[in-house]
Amino acid sequence: MLRELMEENGLDPASIEVRQIDTDAEAERESFPGSPTIRIEGEDVQPPGDAPIGLSCRVYRLRDGRPSPLPDRRDLEEALRAVRG
Amino acid sequence: MAIEIGETAPEFQLPGTDGETHTLGSARPAATVVYWTCNHCPYALAWQERLHQLARDYADRSVRCLAINSNDAERYPADSFEAMIERVEGEGGWPHPYLHDESQQVARQWGAERTPHVFVLDRELRLRYQGAPDADYEDDTQNAAWVREALDAVLSGEEPERARTDPVGCTIKWR
Repeated sequence: MLRELMEENGLDPASIEVRQIDTDAEAERESFPGSPTIRIEGEDVQPPGDAPIGLSCRVYRLRDGRPSPLPDRRDLEEALRAVRG
Repeated sequence: MAIEIGETAPEFQLPGTDGETHTLGSARPAATVVYWTCNHCPYALAWQERLHQLARDYADRSVRCLAINSNDAERYPADSFEAMIERVEGEGGWPHPYLHDESQQVARQWGAERTPHVFVLDRELRLRYQGAPDADYEDDTQNAAWVREALDAVLSGEEPERARTDPVGCTIKWR
């Protein structure tokens, strides 16, 4: 979804940096609230709120409130457009 | 270890958030649905209400439903027994027991892989279906269709046409 939206918005998917967090220590260091976490210009696509830091699966909330393993497509799109300017 | 279609499911005895200890063989309903779930997996959460509705819809048709959480609570505190109790209370109760498989032995014996992972048993506690609730965690209208199909077949004394699908969700968090 991220690559597709980047292309649609004139951004280069090759610029995506994928980082694997393997330990609790790394998760703490990176303030990693779970997988997947997508940060654009250092900002989380969906602020994690009080989600615990650690090696867990991340629960996103779609705009209609339903839980999802991925962020709402519209949230991601808006974040990319903000970067594109 | 894992159970195959047609094999008798292994017995278990697990504590539930309701304060009771639940055994598989304590009842012989027309069918039994045992599904693995947890508190923090987004796929499990996305499918949860569909499985709860299924439990409510089939309650008067002699179908017993049980949910099991086998995740390692040490690394994933959100899946502790205390958190399970809190969740059920916070949600106003569940339509079926929510059991804690702390040792993860039951998950290993049954071959549970992900959350959710659904198992449908017949009256003799033989496995008749295992896999995902339905085709799409994002689409509530799917309504746990695969489990309902399997249940309808079992309740009619027939073999489910679709005996096995790939479970979709986060892997069970093993120790």
